[in-house]
Amino acid sequence: MTAQPKLGPRAARRAAKIEATAARLNALELPASGQWLRRAREAAVARLGEIGLPDRRDEYWKFTDPASLLKPEPAAAKLFDASDEAEVFGAIDRLKIVFVDGIFDAAASDDLSAEGLEIVRLADAGARDIHWGQELYGTLEAAGQEPVARPLAVLNTALATDGVMIRATRRVERPVALIYRREDTRAELALHHVIKVDPGAEMTLLESGPGAARLATVTEVCVGDGGAFHHVRTQGRDHERRAITHLFARLGEESVFKSFTLTANGALTRNEAVVWLNGKGGSAHVAGAAMGDGAFHHDDTVFITHAAPDCESRQVFKKVLRNGAVGVFQGKILVHREAQLTDGYQISQSLLMDETSQFLAKPELEIYADDVKCSHGSTSGELDPDQLFYLRARGLPEEAAKGLLVLAFLAEALDEIAREDLAEEIRESLRGWVNRHR
Amino acid sequence: MLEIKNLHVKLEEEDKAILKGVDLTVEAGKVHAIMGPNGSGKSTLAYVLSGREGYEVTEGSVTLEGEEILELEPEERAALGLFLAFQYPVEIPGVGNMTFMRTAVNSIRKARGEEEMSSAEFLKVIRAKAKELKIDAEMLKRPVNVGFSGGEKKRNEILQMAMLEPKMCILDETDSGLDVDAMRLVSEGVNALRDAGRGFLVITHYQRLLDHIKPDVVHIMADGRIVKTGGPELALEVEKNGYGDILSEAGAAA
Repeated sequence: MTAQPKLGPRAARRAAKIEATAARLNALELPASGQWLRRAREAAVARLGEIGLPDRRDEYWKFTDPASLLKPEPAAAKLFDASDEAEVFGAIDRLKIVFVDGIFDAAASDDLSAEGLEIVRLADAGARDIHWGQELYGTLEAAGQEPVARPLAVLNTALATDGVMIRATRRVERPVALIYRREDTRAELALHHVIKVDPGAEMTLLESGPGAARLATVTEVCVGDGGAFHHVRTQGRDHERRAITHLFARLGEESVFKSFTLTANGALTRNEAVVWLNGKGGSAHVAGAAMGDGAFHHDDTVFITHAAPDCESRQVFKKVLRNGAVGVFQGKILVHREAQLTDGYQISQSLLMDETSQFLAKPELEIYADDVKCSHGSTSGELDPDQLFYLRARGLPEEAAKGLLVLAFLAEALDEIAREDLAEEIRESLRGWVNRHR
Repeated sequence: MLEIKNLHVKLEEEDKAILKGVDLTVEAGKVHAIMGPNGSGKSTLAYVLSGREGYEVTEGSVTLEGEEILELEPEERAALGLFLAFQYPVEIPGVGNMTFMRTAVNSIRKARGEEEMSSAEFLKVIRAKAKELKIDAEMLKRPVNVGFSGGEKKRNEILQMAMLEPKMCILDETDSGLDVDAMRLVSEGVNALRDAGRGFLVITHYQRLLDHIKPDVVHIMADGRIVKTGGPELALEVEKNGYGDILSEAGAAA
């Protein structure tokens, strides 16, 4: 009898990880679904069994510990009273779809029928045996597992209890607003959205609210040739909530994708965005403004692939950190050999309001085409004393001057919001935060 | 208006005295000029008067209309009516020039217990004043001083001065980096603000600015002190003979 060959440390670690993942997956109960959705969930479980759940030793999770996102039960998170502030997007005419603790609230939501849009809840579409969304559900997420695994997105595909499937068939002005309210201190939310923008069509998706003690969303977006998708999101001010979000987008020729996220507060937030520019002349902008005070860990992880020529992409991320808050940015631009005339831009900056806060950045470019223009920059800094003095010498009280400079620092990220009325809603929210955190 | 008595100042970071007993009084309605070679302490004086950090006053006092100002924050001095036109106006990306000026005007009004200026009124006033300084609407929309030429930055300083209507204006090397046309525009802007209730302290290295902004009194500063005071003819003397004669004369007297 030969002895079992001894595993090297790397193989041993992987074996332990797969074993731990299997134990966790065995304990999972998949939500009841119709045929196609059940198959998609089971495929996700199988994929996750291969990939394994993340831990701090994974390169992609070096700066953010996933442990609290993986525990079977979320930690309780105190409910936050945000009544001192007007509801964000409250002034915008929008089609409201409300989830409370992850459960669809029909009474608080608008009628889902709208000109130019087909909207159906995942719970309804998934109960059917066939639906247009089945071609997409989990598809982009699965494609997004290469070259870097995103296991928490796979988990969401397996477990999402609800979500919306939206198809835009023409240009639609009125935004669709997903509103995530929370009432329970321990609720967990896993929603999975699928968006299909037909060629030449256009829509705007808004998301707001903390959602749950622990929130996980996956949004898969497919934009057809000449189509446009706008996304503006705020993640709620609850200090103790945790969130992991994934945005997967596949863009056709001459299409536009713009996503902006405002994060104020939250114990842990990781927003991943994975975008493929698959058609000539496409444009992808992903931007974020984050403000953290105290126990705040905020991670933007972005991966943009230029797979076609003549496309443009921008990543603009700004974080204001104080009292020990931590900001993370992992951003990559991958340019395929055929993606000539790529114009790629990436900037990540933090404003550190004191010496206890920190910003960790990992900007990456990987370029195989020879005729491209790509730039990236990452900086950490404090408020400029000369600017501060200049403003004060003109009569602005110190705190007002600081507030103005904080807003100025964030301005470049807000410029990525195409619609001025939406940008103004975000600006108003920011002003509120700045005024409260003096 | 502005009364500086025996002002001694050193740098906070290093034990280096910059001002060594400055005495100077600017009366309302008068324009005083301070000239002096590089390193004489002219700009330090401007910064200390406006409340910039990094300096320590070791002796002396400064009053504005009788009120002691050295303990006040920069914004409190501004509210009392002190204005510094910067030698190097600061660029502030992300803050629109218009927003900045409106916030400044209203901050000062608020500090004085006055009502804020309405948007409409503010627009009307700033447009009129900007026109006089040949500042176009585009420049007002841009971020503060970002991408401005040297002359545009200085004109923007004078526009701020015109909007804030201070009682005591300190101009720090406002002529630096200006061509002849810009110098004329800036000077006209300053001269338009001269009136019986307002004092000016014009700091300059060269005499040429004083051809446009005619001073009532000229002081020569050297090594942290005022070493000579006279009329406008003193500036012409500097122009003709340089600082050498005056400084050696002052040195002999000391």
